[in-house]
Amino acid sequence: MNAAFAATARNALILFGFALAFTALMAITWGATRDTIRASAEAEKMKLIDEVLPPRAYDNALLSDWTGIGPEPALGLDAPSRVLRARRGGEPVALLLEAQANDGYGGPIRLLVAVGADGSVLGVRVTQHRETPGLGDYIDLHKDRNKAHPWIRRFEGRGLAQIPPERWRVKKDGGDFDYVAGATISARAVTGAVGRALAFASAHRDALFSAPGGVRPAGGG
Amino acid sequence: MERTEIFEIARNGLWKQNPALTQLLGLCPTLAISTSVVNGASLGLATVLVMALASALTAALRNLIPYEIRIPVFILIIASLVTMVDLAFNAWFHSLYLVLGIFIPLIVVNCIVLARVEVFAAKNGVLSSAWDGITMGAGLVVVLALLGGLRELLGAGTLFGGIDMVFEGARPLHVLPEAYPGFLVAILPPGAFLLLGFLIAGRNWLEERAARRARGAAHEARPAAA
Repeated sequence: MNAAFAATARNALILFGFALAFTALMAITWGATRDTIRASAEAEKMKLIDEVLPPRAYDNALLSDWTGIGPEPALGLDAPSRVLRARRGGEPVALLLEAQANDGYGGPIRLLVAVGADGSVLGVRVTQHRETPGLGDYIDLHKDRNKAHPWIRRFEGRGLAQIPPERWRVKKDGGDFDYVAGATISARAVTGAVGRALAFASAHRDALFSAPGGVRPAGGG
Repeated sequence: MERTEIFEIARNGLWKQNPALTQLLGLCPTLAISTSVVNGASLGLATVLVMALASALTAALRNLIPYEIRIPVFILIIASLVTMVDLAFNAWFHSLYLVLGIFIPLIVVNCIVLARVEVFAAKNGVLSSAWDGITMGAGLVVVLALLGGLRELLGAGTLFGGIDMVFEGARPLHVLPEAYPGFLVAILPPGAFLLLGFLIAGRNWLEERAARRARGAAHEARPAAA
């Protein structure tokens, strides 16, 4: 009994030691990579913004012209987010919103949506998703095998003026948008989220453009 | 390591005990990710890296690990290594991370890593264990790339789709005409099972033929079923 207890206690201690050592290793790795990872995420974000909104279209410092919004169910977000505002000569050009489709096949799908001041979608990109590789991941421009007419670009130039809110669905559900057979769920989720984001941006357009800007600490962050 | 040992380990990993075709271990990522050559080979290569590190580290620590708690310790080692590889790729090989990103955490659930640690690295030296991890991983890479290639070719008519994410400017090959409608089942999970079955059958056929030839010289005996 005592011997068994001693052996068990010894093993527990050894296991604890291993857990401690490897947790320390992971913590060190995390500490060493944190800043680089954050920097590449920022650079990645700017690259994405350039894809949905050409840098020539605006002349303000986009990353510092933002207004904060609370958790917005219309955008599928349960945390506060920032809306970036592109202007040219002080005139509104576009709003950049983050949105989330919570009904993706592999979990939430994060989107970046650019809505022009005229109320049409300028561009949409999927920023984060876990859709099935090779099947549902065509919602991501870079994974789409249809390079000539990528699926995610079908939203460009479309506005609520031509397509009423209830038709921002895939064709299978009675909407206006195509999808790839066998992977309807991913397209359905993204289409719905884009439609809701567009409706939100259109409804709050003036308020969002005129809201006092957030202050970005000097040196960026 | 002796020459014969080096050769024997490589032969085991690549052919005799090929993880995907003979041991049938780690099928979950194999079947899920092998939708194209690039996906399959990318996951395979990330697995090679983790297997080499996990096997070497386990072999180095093997005398400190009590037999009764070896499995939790092995899992701890593998999970920590995968986490560190994930973070390191994200920070220092970001473009590669964009391709492999979602696959790297999947390596934790690939039981071939744990299997080689338990069967080989826990009883052998650091160099042999690392080599075993590399060749077993290489066996997986070959099968994943082959399976990915077949599925991509049948499913979409292309090869190396997505290569532009690994090598800037590279273009996928359109093997079949642009009008090829695509055979969706090949991309879907059932296609993975079917094609893996054909690959296993092909490997068994080659093995049986070799065995028959070896025996054929003596007399016409039927080879035992594999």
